[in-house]
Amino acid sequence: MNVLALSDAKVGSAGVVERIDLPDEVSHYLAHLGFLPGTSVEILRRAPAGDPRVYRIDGVEVGLRNETAKYIFLRLTSEVGEAA
Amino acid sequence: MSCHSAVAEPIEEITPPPPTGTVRMRTVALIGPPNCGKSTLFNRLTGLRQKVANYPGVTVEHHSGRMKSIGRNDLTLIDLPGIYSLATYSEDARVAVEVLTGKMRGVPKPDCVLLVLDATHLNRQLMLAAPVFSIGLPTLVLLNMSDQLDARGGKIDTLALARELGHPVALISAAQGKGLESIPEFLLRAGSRPDDGLRPVQLPVLQSAASCRSWATQVTSRTKYQSPAVSLWTRRLDSVLLHPVFGPLFFLAVVVAVFQVVFSLGQPLSDGMGVLLTHAGAKAAILLPDNWLRALLQDGLWNGVQSVLVFLPQILLLFLFIGVLEDSGYLARAALIADRLMRSIGLNGKAFIPLLSAYACAVPAIMATRTIENKRERIATILVAPFMTCSARLPIYTLIIAAFIPNQKFLGGIIGLRAIVMLGLYVLGFLAALITAKMLNSSVMKAVQAPFILELPQYRWPTLTSLGMRLYDRGMLFLKKAGTVILGVTFLVWVMSVLPIHGGQFSDLSTSVIGHLGHWIEPVLRPLGFNWKIGIGLLSSIVAREVIVGTLGTLYGIDPATHALGLQAALRHDITLGGAIALVVFFAFAMQCTSTLIVVRRETNSWKLPAMQFFYMTGVAYVAALVTNQVIMRLF
Repeated sequence: MNVLALSDAKVGSAGVVERIDLPDEVSHYLAHLGFLPGTSVEILRRAPAGDPRVYRIDGVEVGLRNETAKYIFLRLTSEVGEAA
Repeated sequence: MSCHSAVAEPIEEITPPPPTGTVRMRTVALIGPPNCGKSTLFNRLTGLRQKVANYPGVTVEHHSGRMKSIGRNDLTLIDLPGIYSLATYSEDARVAVEVLTGKMRGVPKPDCVLLVLDATHLNRQLMLAAPVFSIGLPTLVLLNMSDQLDARGGKIDTLALARELGHPVALISAAQGKGLESIPEFLLRAGSRPDDGLRPVQLPVLQSAASCRSWATQVTSRTKYQSPAVSLWTRRLDSVLLHPVFGPLFFLAVVVAVFQVVFSLGQPLSDGMGVLLTHAGAKAAILLPDNWLRALLQDGLWNGVQSVLVFLPQILLLFLFIGVLEDSGYLARAALIADRLMRSIGLNGKAFIPLLSAYACAVPAIMATRTIENKRERIATILVAPFMTCSARLPIYTLIIAAFIPNQKFLGGIIGLRAIVMLGLYVLGFLAALITAKMLNSSVMKAVQAPFILELPQYRWPTLTSLGMRLYDRGMLFLKKAGTVILGVTFLVWVMSVLPIHGGQFSDLSTSVIGHLGHWIEPVLRPLGFNWKIGIGLLSSIVAREVIVGTLGTLYGIDPATHALGLQAALRHDITLGGAIALVVFFAFAMQCTSTLIVVRRETNSWKLPAMQFFYMTGVAYVAALVTNQVIMRLF
């Protein structure tokens, strides 16, 4: 329940990474930045052009394009209305 | 076996027993994740000056130096590019892993390892510790950025951590030079009998990211690691600097400010320096007999070299700005803002940082493309990087602009016409890069899009020492170039301008070897509005772009008609506005840099790419300069 793609989560909401459906090479890199099942992630802000967006994972801020974020799924823990 | 059970029931692993007696230590490797401060520490320990900045991927090669600063001249320290794990997807990471495991040819296998981790994100940074420990070398874990950790209320129990990891641990601040005494102590122990009672280690058996990760989390929770609070400053700054409206505006304002300062502050400094140098040259010349020696030294060498030297203030101002942008952490934000644009032309967002550093110099920019995993995108970035306006173009740009563009002010004096023309030249180079990239993407280089993944570092205050050292190094580099390449070419130009000798008399400029050469190539350059002296300048600047200013300084210094004029006045006297603007447009596009060609050859392992680049860029430059001159000639 309540599992959605990271790219669909609104700015300000937070959740826990559920799974990552990306090629090994990419998911390996993401894993080392903290994108692993069970890690909590917060959607921080959008870049001025709307995409990429900035996520806070594990105390680190990471910029990801939506085309990548749509293959990362999270379970929402707190939902906030889209700000700005 | 699943990853989790591997950690839940760790097997006891005993690292190989230390050899008895004294081990002969020679090489120490510095390893860690990207942007954790390895190069800052390297500079501290060796007294050398590797480039450091606040973004991941600054170091892309291995560098060695003797550990002089801690009195261990007998030890070589190797600084390595940052890595997340021992699996490698990009060129820079491959270098790091090969050196570390002793597989890199020409680099001795390290005898021990300094593992640098950013203490403010220990959970994640510790993931690298497991694979590094399993290499089996004596390792000292250095938790860097202790100042940041303290300031934001984080806590680490280093003793507990050392027991848990089975390797000595020290908290340091490489930037402030704190806690470094642990390093010589460790090296002494590692060089004799490593018996610190820390031998048995529990490591995850399966070294996948997930198992390393849960191992790291267990270690930090068992040792009661408290991660520091979020830097409020970073949050606040980002809400402005990444704001949909203010973000791009700020970016633009920064760029405009750079050019404005280069002119409004840099130009008077540079003019003052010119007066001083000419005066000094004239004073010194009186001491010489009035013969060929004085002609060579004053009219030839001094005129050439000093016309380049006067640009030192402007170059330093430019690098001051670049330094502040890089050290503060803003550069990564700029990459985020630019990603949309970069994507629309088919370049990886990661190409932005190499391209931005090409504003200083294309050579390190081309090296920095090593962080781009996708080979095609890397080559595309290498191809377009030299279009970005490097600092070597600054002398000819400011020379022509100061000589031909009136000092008109707009918006109540905030911005001048000269700064706008300069900005225009930068935009021109950038557009050429964009269009070239677009062409490459739609034809030869259809690239599979590599993902854009960018870590945003915390903002940091650029330190005065770090900025000062950058400026000093840049200044020295510039002076060295003036004293070697530019002096050498100037000498050659002077010699060719007085030969052949008829009956003990030097040739006139126009009947000399160089005059003949110049007149021979002049027909090709006439339509561009260039005379033969500019032509010689262009030929000589294939060595390096700044050289043209030195060559012109010498040629106009020798010519009796312009001998008494300064270089700016001489140019106004000799070429039209159309020719002058065409000249800077030519420089915006042309590949006038041997070092760049050589580095492209080295990075791509063939002459094909550099040759293509040279002819393409020169062709574009010729056509653009031709159009510019013809249009201006008809308009004015």
